[in-house]
Amino acid sequence: MEDCLIKKMEITVSEAEKRTGRNAMNMQETYTAYLIETRAVESQGEGQCAPVDSLWRRYSEFELLRNYLTVTYPHIVVPPLPEKRADFVWHKLSADNMDPDFVERRRIGLENFLLRVASHPVLCLDKMFYSFLTQEGGWKEMVNETGFQLKADSRLKALNATFRVKNPDKRFTELKHYSDELQSVISHLLRVRARVADRLYGVYKVHGNYGRVFSEWSAIEKEMGDGLQSAGHHMDVYAASIDDILEEEEHYADQLKEYLFYAEALRAVCRKHELMQYELEMAAQDLTSKKQQCEELATGTVRTFSLKGMTSKLFGQETPEQREAKIRILEEQIQEGEQQLKSKNLEGRDFVKSAWADIERFKEQKNHDLKEALISYAVMQISMCKKGIQVWTNAKECFSKM
Amino acid sequence: DLSLPSGTPVDTSSPASSSSLLNRLQLDDDLDGETRDLFVTVDDPKKHVCTMETYITYRVTTKTTRAEFDLPEYSVRRRYQDFDWLRNKLEESQPTHLIPPLPEKFVVKGVVDRFSEEFVETRRKALDKFLKRITDHPVLSFNEHFNVFLTAKDLNAYKKQGMALLSKMGESVKYVTGGYKLRSRTLEFAAIGEYLDTFSLKLGTIDRIAQRIIKEQLEYLVELREYGPVYSTWGGLEVELSEPLEGVSACIGNCCTALEELSEDMTEDFLPVLREYILYSELMKNVLKKRDQVQAEYEAKLEAVALKKEDRPKVPTDVEKCQDRVECFNADLKADLERWQNNKRQDFRQLLMGMADKNIQYYEKCLTAWESIIPLLQDKPETK
Repeated sequence: MEDCLIKKMEITVSEAEKRTGRNAMNMQETYTAYLIETRAVESQGEGQCAPVDSLWRRYSEFELLRNYLTVTYPHIVVPPLPEKRADFVWHKLSADNMDPDFVERRRIGLENFLLRVASHPVLCLDKMFYSFLTQEGGWKEMVNETGFQLKADSRLKALNATFRVKNPDKRFTELKHYSDELQSVISHLLRVRARVADRLYGVYKVHGNYGRVFSEWSAIEKEMGDGLQSAGHHMDVYAASIDDILEEEEHYADQLKEYLFYAEALRAVCRKHELMQYELEMAAQDLTSKKQQCEELATGTVRTFSLKGMTSKLFGQETPEQREAKIRILEEQIQEGEQQLKSKNLEGRDFVKSAWADIERFKEQKNHDLKEALISYAVMQISMCKKGIQVWTNAKECFSKM
Repeated sequence: DLSLPSGTPVDTSSPASSSSLLNRLQLDDDLDGETRDLFVTVDDPKKHVCTMETYITYRVTTKTTRAEFDLPEYSVRRRYQDFDWLRNKLEESQPTHLIPPLPEKFVVKGVVDRFSEEFVETRRKALDKFLKRITDHPVLSFNEHFNVFLTAKDLNAYKKQGMALLSKMGESVKYVTGGYKLRSRTLEFAAIGEYLDTFSLKLGTIDRIAQRIIKEQLEYLVELREYGPVYSTWGGLEVELSEPLEGVSACIGNCCTALEELSEDMTEDFLPVLREYILYSELMKNVLKKRDQVQAEYEAKLEAVALKKEDRPKVPTDVEKCQDRVECFNADLKADLERWQNNKRQDFRQLLMGMADKNIQYYEKCLTAWESIIPLLQDKPETK
């Protein structure tokens, strides 16, 4: 196993800052810049710590990096970025991109993205990634100069392939189906969770009203007064506790979101396979038809309809020299075509092999991460229940003193 | 001296000390240290379907050692009408006392199902409480009508006779209502009046808050019911995560059940008692007004006498009678109010502790559910 970058380098996205600048159309805009800090990990644990390097990047640069990686490594399930806009929010959370809580959660998400890339056995070796972390100026230009945008498959081409491919690898078809379902179920889960959070918030907050009325009531009571008053205080504590509880739950939602976006990355790999397979099938088909044409010309039989055939029928046969020339051209093309088909076949098989290896790696990562997420969610619920028991037990004691 | 201000929690570090023991008795025993000799219970609701109407009867069981009762035990069937009759009779015959409230007579048909289990059970509890309060009252519990209510096989026959029967208690005393205006309430009754106003206001607020909480809880429940199954759906897509996701789904289902139980308990046990006390406050205010009338009558008559400026300082007999009436009323009412305050404190202590308890139980059920799936989530899959 190669040593991933993560073992040699500490990476953090430590700060976020609001900036104003001018965009491509020379209009003023506000955006957030994130501070990336890196430090070499001392392998022998010497006394001195290596110095920290840092540079600022904005979200669009992260996007550029990810686009570059997805085009350059189409067989890899590339880690996703945190969401661009706040989605699945329950009412107390702001949908504003500039909201400090959103920015904070995004900062964590971006750090997570970098750590995921740095721990990937293939991606961590990429030079553009390394310079993203270490080279302040000119990085954008350098990435664009690689010309990766030209290598990107057009959406139309990919869609076309999806519909027309005849024999894709069954595993990829199943995987694509799975990623569609995964996306659907996690979206549903996040939507309902947000509604659940909203309602739970309401339940807790109304209890705060008890605090006020118990206080007012205690004023007219003699013996009951103290018990009521102190119980009311506990009701206030109860009502206030929901804010922290729900804030913690947002981390769980973010963990789910990551895998929601990962589903898209999975689908991208499947699409790439379909595209390659389709192109392979097209190349094979083209070769077959050329071979047939060649045969027809050589034997003089016309088995397939062709415009040339029709025109020669109408306007007269071609000369034997012309026919010879054609045959020679076709034979050249056929030879080329056979080479291409061979290499496409090889490419296709290599792709399937390496993609599937990464998919297996991804599956293990996913199972591990989601299990951890579910455990932490259960732990959160347990903590919430214990807090509830504590508060109501305190209130009960106050009532008992009435 | 062992007297402690009533209601002050006793130092329980030495439970064996006689002062703490006495104080606990004072807190718990309504009859001021006397042993109970009358026990009444309302239970066993039964539906009766007749040609004219359908109604519910309740079994009223009495156990007693009192001389006023011929037998030590009685078991009779009574319907709401009968309770209502009893209450009216008590009000008539004991006008200087606070008569406990009955649960509401009229229910809007179509909105509330009069024969549903929840409604009948809520009513039964309220009727049971009504009779127990009378039982605990040193004067009302000896009332003749109460005795008949508990013992008579055919109550209707007695009801018909009722008009002709004279009772030993103050039935002969006719109270004049209206016509007299009270100048100013005696300070202590004025204070009680103000207290009752604020008290019923606060209870009304608590009632609204409790209702709001139940409403929010039910809306939360609706969302939870959709939330749980999504984990199950997801589990169906997965292999290794299938069991953990199913576990979470089941867990959420258990929390739903617990929440449902909490809301039901609050609706059936908490709200009715709250509303009963609001009713009680209203009834008490009416009794206070009656007392005001009696005092007004006395003061008016006294003034009339003073104006006449008779030489003889002797007070006429009917003014004397009025004075007696006022003093009697005041004394009875004061005693009842004190008893009411104490009972109120105990009732609310129990009610609010009960509310806290139900919430604790809800969280404990949820806690158990979540704790039980932690090992399931942490389970390592078998190596293939």
